[in-house]
Amino acid sequence: MGKTIAEKIFERKTGFPVKAGDLVIARIDMAMGQDGTTPLAIQSFEEMGGKKVFDPSRIIFIIDHNAPSQLEAISQLHDNMRKFAENYGLTIYEVGCGVCHEIMVAKGLVVPGDLVIGADSHTCTYGAIGAFSTGVGSTELAAAMISGQLWFKVPETILIRINGTLPPGVYSKDVILYLASQIGADGATYQAIEFTGPIIDRLSVEERLTISNMAVELGAKAGIIAPDEKTLTWVKQRTIKSFEPIYPDPDAVYLKELTYDCSTLTPQVALPHRVDTVTSIDSLGEVVIQEAYLGTCTNGRSVDIEVAAKILQDKKVHPKVRLIVAPASKEILLEAIEKGWIETIVKAGGVLVTPGCGPCVGTHQGVPGDGWNVVSTANRNFKGRMGNNKAFIYLASPATVAASALEGKITDPRKYLR
Amino acid sequence: MILKGKAHIFGDDINTDYIISGKYKFKTLDMNELGKHVMEDIDPQFSQKVEIGDFIVAGKNFGCGSSREQAPRALLASGIRGVIASSIARIFFRNAINCGLVALECDTSRIQSGDEMEINLTTGKINDLTQNFTIEAAPLPEVMIQILNEGGLVSYFKKHGSFPEPGKSQS
Ligand code: SF4
Repeated sequence: MGKTIAEKIFERKTGFPVKAGDLVIARIDMAMGQDGTTPLAIQSFEEMGGKKVFDPSRIIFIIDHNAPSQLEAISQLHDNMRKFAENYGLTIYEVGCGVCHEIMVAKGLVVPGDLVIGADSHTCTYGAIGAFSTGVGSTELAAAMISGQLWFKVPETILIRINGTLPPGVYSKDVILYLASQIGADGATYQAIEFTGPIIDRLSVEERLTISNMAVELGAKAGIIAPDEKTLTWVKQRTIKSFEPIYPDPDAVYLKELTYDCSTLTPQVALPHRVDTVTSIDSLGEVVIQEAYLGTCTNGRSVDIEVAAKILQDKKVHPKVRLIVAPASKEILLEAIEKGWIETIVKAGGVLVTPGCGPCVGTHQGVPGDGWNVVSTANRNFKGRMGNNKAFIYLASPATVAASALEGKITDPRKYLR
Repeated sequence: MILKGKAHIFGDDINTDYIISGKYKFKTLDMNELGKHVMEDIDPQFSQKVEIGDFIVAGKNFGCGSSREQAPRALLASGIRGVIASSIARIFFRNAINCGLVALECDTSRIQSGDEMEINLTTGKINDLTQNFTIEAAPLPEVMIQILNEGGLVSYFKKHGSFPEPGKSQS
């Protein structure tokens, strides 16, 4: 009986045959912690009596959630991370390096076939390059830092095939929002997803990262895309590690197989306060906005900033809208400066914040006011997510966010892309 | 182990941002402080209503969203002893057990607000003492029982220095 990518990765990491449903203790290749979760992991590490880490080169700390810190208490927590990293010889990415999930793939820290854990739910992002990566809690991160292992239940896998060709003005973000509406916020709980099909094949690696990033919004443990030539070239440009990609067996057994044709898909918008309550922009009606956010681990990459800049070129952001832009990394910021996208955006009236999470999780930088509508490229629109439980968050693609910033209401980007 | 407490009812898809908002969790590791703000965005008076030992009873996908372990820890600090839900999101489930918060999955549709609940962790039987009926919870994986029995993953690691071997119970 054939096996899925998830089963085959666990097989490699445990050293014996496994199948979905098995409980295993597996070796992990990389462990990541960000500044919202790592201080607690350090505390657990110390309470557990941790004396050393299993392998300093396999543990990465990243300061991106409150970066730079706006409070003394937070700077103190950052300091705990710095000291721990220094004591144990870990690599720490400081304020301004970028969002954790972008750094992990763009710096070549994760490679196809890896088993990766991160104390952040969107760790599933690295599935886009064929790794099995999943979010864990702080204490599990601590246990993994000590032992180099973690227990897992090998998940069953849902195969999702996306057929067709995406129409102009419709992006991978629209595809994953549409899938959220079809599958539901808990539709894949405890399961892995493998994404496949002609649309996935044609997406760039960056665009695929958006899809895998949001697998957890469907409840999934991992959202994996089998590596192709594009992936291998992309990864090899970034890493010095050698790796051996893993592919599903042709007769792999899936829990179910779902097929969607996205040839006629329209720009999608997730309505407050649920990621899976999604509507086509055609039937949205008028939603006046006060804030627009372009960034995050979902959509803060070069392709995203480029499309936004194209729409904003020689135009002005609506005077009643704050457009906030957070490039997902320092390298992306530099590219955006070099290509003139930043100039375009700032001239149009957008403001730039530090590469990192930006206003995504409501800790700093761009908390909306009461009753405000926000259109954002993020992955979550829960009530209170951006720091004010009286605000309303709509999720959409970078193109939709840029077009909406211009008109002061949620706007179909297609007319700006003709 | 037998646990007793009152039920506080919530609906489906209660995410970890609702359990403890990001605007609090990043600022401190003081769980007692965080405990004062649990569920605030959806029930501002919640932390005042909880008595020590109470349970949260919810619908499907409880604890979805962010991986913040502050969510189960702040619930414990607020006095909540456990969560009974028709389904529990994966990371929250693991975090709950790792921190020693009881987490059980069963059909919760008949339980009403304020019902006195009695939970037998060994048998997985949940009694609604107010309405007088019993529900069977889905059994926990062996690894989780071992971690819960030691009071959480920190105490487990302190004692054993590694994870429990799945399938092998430790005596
Ligand atoms: S950008 Fe948002 S979703 Fe991504 S890691 Fe940061 S806070 Fe989490």
